[in-house]
Order: sequence, then structure tokens, then C-alpha cells
Amino acid sequence: MALLEIHDLHTSYGAIKALRGISFKIEANQVVSLIGANGAGKSTTLNTISGLLKPRQGRIIFDGKNITGWRSDRITGLGLVQVPEGRQIIAPMTVMENLMLGAYRRADREAIDADIESIFKRFKRLDERRHQKAGSMSGGEQQMLAVGRAMMAQPRLLMLDEPSMGLAPLLVNEVFQIIADIKAQGIPILLVEQNARKALQIADYAYVLERGVIVKEGAAKVLAEDAEIISTYLG
Amino acid sequence: MNLTQQIVNAIWLGGVYSLFSLGYALVFSILGILNLAHSAIFMWGAFIGLTVVLRLNVSVWLSIPVAMLGAGIIGVILDAVAFAPLRRRNAPRISQLISSIGASILLVNIAQLIFGTQPQRFPLGSIPAESIEGLPFRITPIQIIILVISIVLMIALQFLIRRTRIGQAMRAVAFNQQVAGLLGINAGQIFQITFFLAGALAGAAGVLFGLAYNSMTPFMGDQVALKGLTVIVLGGLGNIQGAVVGGFVVAGLEVFSIAAGGSNYREAFVFTLLFLMLLFRPQGLVGEAQQNRA
Repeated sequence: MALLEIHDLHTSYGAIKALRGISFKIEANQVVSLIGANGAGKSTTLNTISGLLKPRQGRIIFDGKNITGWRSDRITGLGLVQVPEGRQIIAPMTVMENLMLGAYRRADREAIDADIESIFKRFKRLDERRHQKAGSMSGGEQQMLAVGRAMMAQPRLLMLDEPSMGLAPLLVNEVFQIIADIKAQGIPILLVEQNARKALQIADYAYVLERGVIVKEGAAKVLAEDAEIISTYLG
Repeated sequence: MNLTQQIVNAIWLGGVYSLFSLGYALVFSILGILNLAHSAIFMWGAFIGLTVVLRLNVSVWLSIPVAMLGAGIIGVILDAVAFAPLRRRNAPRISQLISSIGASILLVNIAQLIFGTQPQRFPLGSIPAESIEGLPFRITPIQIIILVISIVLMIALQFLIRRTRIGQAMRAVAFNQQVAGLLGINAGQIFQITFFLAGALAGAAGVLFGLAYNSMTPFMGDQVALKGLTVIVLGGLGNIQGAVVGGFVVAGLEVFSIAAGGSNYREAFVFTLLFLMLLFRPQGLVGEAQQNRA
């Protein structure tokens, strides 16, 4: 059984149908990417899985549990953790406090402290700013904090929504290096990206979304060679 | 007029006003709504304290934690009845404001049915009312105790918000409810905790206010309701530290207007201040940006 199974998911914003019956799955240890143009329904898919949006129809099965319609905090509690679009760090709180909040559902105080230190070791720039207000940092630093915060929740599946959005090319490379590190730790990832080239490099499998439906799927390597994909998304 | 005396009066009264107003500020900072039933909870706190003293014959000091617990529970019930159903329907904030006015009227009417409308008092001798001798101004032990309890509760609230896991979750929910949800924080539970704390603070303020003036009616909330609003406007809506400062400013203004012979106009002074603040400095005296609230 797959780690995450999505069956015939429909989500609407009022009268506008953003998702029109999508189905896909993620296996354990897999990095899966959703690619597609702006407004194709990529973020809507993540937001529906994480419980921020309620689907009209369809089922979301995580680790054998039907979590359709669950509240977002309960879904996060299962280890299905989303890094939202635009990073969404808690700007008026310090870097340290943001990381602590990532571990909100955990009670193992000593392990939490150790994890925070290992994040500071990995992200030196966060370490230097641990008592600064998170909102005072640059976009790249905020993205690192957002990912670090999600890692504090000990995700069993990490969902990343446009992690490279609005970042300078050098930082984009850094963010993808971080994603590669997380992949190397064996944590499954659902990656939503506009930067399809980068996404297909790192993913094992990918789905292509167009206007709320999946129009193509396949191994990431195969899709990266697909003439149609190249002309539409990699051109 | 004796300046030292007026300052002393302003300080202990300011403690009560700050304590009361913190509940307004707390709810506003976390939920972004004005809870106009807060003054009714204040009144209930006073009556719960009074009832415990009269019926169970305990000391007035023990009645304070009991009143805080009772008023906190009323706050949670208020949230469940007057606010949570509207939140679930994504009702506009104005509906929640109106709902809180309705809840306020209901709470006052229930108190009228149970306690009557005649002023009620703590029994003679239960409050140490003799002034302390040998000081250049008049102050009673009860006034000192009121100030101390107010300050202790305000520091405890600050500690809770700044240093505890619950406080961090409250600040996260205040910043962005959806993001808080993604972090695993149950916003509904945080709202309940917020209403409990706000209610408990109002309850403590109610008992202390009752002890200070020793006259309680179901309408006693009216005396502080709009002053509390002035306090949080002064402090910057939803700004916790600002509410503390604002409480002392409003109490000072009131005390000095009485001392200057304007006893009949003291409310007018306070509301003129409210009016001027809204006109010229709506962000409050401290004037923090909105996203820094809580």
C-alpha cells in the first residue's frame, strides 16, 4: 500500500472548480513532483491534502487512514507536514521560537533541543540569527527556516509548496540542495514547483497538472525527455 | 489638592483597570474581535467572589481564585455559544461583535434574576479598611493588596505569553490561524484557552473592584466597560503591554479630574481622551505595527 493515496479529488473555491478529479499516489521513500502552470491546481492540491481546504469529493488516504476532511492540525500530527507557499514563517517571533513551534506536537524535550541544534549546525545563517525576529531575515533565510521548522515536526511525508519561489538563482540551487539532503535521509517528499527542470532532476516520479486534472505522469527522468513537456515547461 | 495622594489613588485603581483591560486586549490580539461581554464577565467574577464569601464563609482572598476559575469558565462557555458557531460559518467580525453585545445583555439579566438589583457588599470586617499610619498619604491595606495582585497577575500573563509553549501557540494563532494549523496547533483549543484567561483576569478584576468600592450590582460592568475600551485604544488595540500602560493613564486621568473638582465630568474626561486618541493616534500610544500584536 502506498504512503499517500489520492482518489478522485475535487476542490472548489465557491463556483470555481480548482481540482476536477485528480488521483495519484506516493510510495515510501519516493520524491514525487507536481508540475504545471500557474493556476493549474498544484497549491490547491497540497492545501486540500493538508486540510486547509475541504474537498467537495474524493478521498485522501495517508498510511492507511482516511484523513479526508480532517482539521489541518490533526493531519500535521500524523506526520503529514506542509511547508506552505510563501514560506509563512511567524514574522514577529524569533528564529528559535519558530523552530520550537515546529515541534509543537512533540513532547520529547531533549530530542527537540538536539534537533534544533542539528538544524542550526546545518543552517549556519539561522544559528547566527537564532534570537532575531524571523521576519527580519532575507527570503532565502526565511525559506531555510520554513523547511527547518517543518523538519522539527519529524515529517513522515514532507510537502513543499514552491520552495524556490522568489529566490535568486544561487539560493534556488541551495534550496534544491537542501531538498536533496532531506531525500537522502529517506524522507518522502511531495514537491510542487514552477521550476519544472529542477523539480524533475530531483524527483523520482512526476505528475503534470493542467486546469485541475492530471494530464500526464511518469518517471521524472522519462518526463524530462518528453518533447511535449520540454516545449511547454522546460523551454 | 494633595498630589502624592492622587498619584497613589491612580496607581492602585490603574492596576484594576489594566487587569480588566488585558482581557479585551488578549481576545482582540488572538481573535481580532472585540468582546463586549467582557464587562459582564467582570461583574460575574465579583458576584462569584461575593457569593463564595457569603455562603461558604471563606476569606475574601480565597474568593479571588474561585472567582477567576468561575469567570474563566463563563468565558469558555461564552466562546462556545456566542463566537465559535459564527467562526465555523466564517461570519464577518461585525456579527461576532453584535453576538457579544447580546451575550452581555443575557449575562447581566441572569445576574439580575439571581442577585437582584440592590447593591450588595462584602460583610463588614472582611476587608481591612483602616489606613496605614505614618505615611504622608492615605492608603489602605486592601488598596496595596489590589495593586500587588494586579501586578502579579499581569506578570504571570506576560510570562505565559512569552515563555510557555501555550503562549507561543497563542502568538502563532494570532499571527496566522492557517499557518498555526499547519504547525499542528488546534486553533479552536487556543481560542478556548484565550477566553478562559481573559475571563479569569476579568473575574479577578471584578472581585478587586468590588473590594475597593464595596458595592456590587449587576450593572457594575458598565462602570468599566467603556473605560476598558479607552485603555486598549490608548495601548494600541490588542497590544498587551499597551493595555497595562493604558490602564494607569486612564485611572490617572479619572483620579485627577475628580481631584480638580470635576467629579461629575470624570467620564467626560475619559471619553474625550478616547475620542482624541481615535482621531489623532489610532495605533495607540505605544504604536506598534499590527502584525506585532500579542
